Amino acid sequence: MDALEAKVIRKTRLVTAVSEIFRNGLIYGGGAVVIIHCDEDDRMVWIDCRDTGPGIVDMELALSDGYTSGGGLGRGLGGAKRLSDEFEIVSEPGVGTQVRLAGRA
Amino acid sequence: MPVRHIHVILDNERASLLRAWGSTQAEEGLIRKDLFSEREARSQIEMLYDALTKGVSASIESDALDPEADCWDDLRAALAEVTRERTKRGVSTGEMAAFVLALKYPLFERLGATVDDTNGGVLIEAINQFTRLIDAVSLYTTELCISERDKTIKRQQDEMMELASPVVELWDRIIAVPLVGTLDSMRAQEVMENTLSAIVDKKADIVIIDITGVVTVDTQVAQHLIRTAAAVRLMGGEAIISGISPRIAQTMVQLGVDTGEIRTRSSLRMALADAFRTLETDVVIRTAK
Repeated sequence: MDALEAKVIRKTRLVTAVSEIFRNGLIYGGGAVVIIHCDEDDRMVWIDCRDTGPGIVDMELALSDGYTSGGGLGRGLGGAKRLSDEFEIVSEPGVGTQVRLAGRA
Repeated sequence: MPVRHIHVILDNERASLLRAWGSTQAEEGLIRKDLFSEREARSQIEMLYDALTKGVSASIESDALDPEADCWDDLRAALAEVTRERTKRGVSTGEMAAFVLALKYPLFERLGATVDDTNGGVLIEAINQFTRLIDAVSLYTTELCISERDKTIKRQQDEMMELASPVVELWDRIIAVPLVGTLDSMRAQEVMENTLSAIVDKKADIVIIDITGVVTVDTQVAQHLIRTAAAVRLMGGEAIISGISPRIAQTMVQLGVDTGEIRTRSSLRMALADAFRTLETDVVIRTAK
């Protein structure tokens, strides 16, 4: 984002979204593999976060505000989706969860 | 036999070996003149040298330089002292290891010159033994360096923890908690504890939690802030969260974080003015004419 000379607000949005997703990967997914890719032509930063945790059974419920299976506020996943410019989540119970998100600089 | 040869050289050539050891270091830029004086460096080298000689002398009988043996206790102690002194002044781990290894070559040169060439087996054995010893010593030095550094890191972590969550008294019954950096669960707990005990100590009614220096406010940080504010309220105080920048306000709205009844202000200054109003305190600023 620094390399793309992004505005502070854009940076803050992406950093916050990524912070939510990484923490989910760490706490619920038991650790995650993260790939960060900077697309200079499109001025986008892509983040791919993959864990092999228990997965999400009810995606709609997980994305809804106020729902949490842990002790959090229940805003993280939905919030991250709203903060990112691109957001895609795929989860298979018992296999793991993959989140792909991007922020425009 | 080999160990006796090494001892004879260490004993007879003390002055020249010390000089040579010192000069290899100077050549390799190991004597950091900016960090310690020449005299200090010389006395450190002498201390190590004498401890080494003592250990070698004790090993003559067994004719083996066993790095694990007890006769190297003095050398270990001396190394620990020198390592501590040097790491404190910023000498790197690599420099410390190279410093120890630098004794090898001057000694080998003298061994080659003294031990009869027809006695090649003894020479090789002596070099073998001494190399093994010095390598072990150098490894030990590296371990010492790392453990010294670990201690420093641990101490700094503790200090940072305390520094990072100070509670300051701004006015009668008003305290402020300026937060800087990242607010993880451990720090959040620390902040909460400090804040709550400060309410009692300073008899405070208003707690201003200033997050100007907090880089990112995600749901976890928000949750910590909300919890702290709730705890303050339980104690009969009122919390004001200040320093909410436009970008943090925007991200918090998008996250859907509800700060509920917690008072929030954009700057510490606004929060303080607000606190004065609540406590019905009039502050008059007189300008001298």
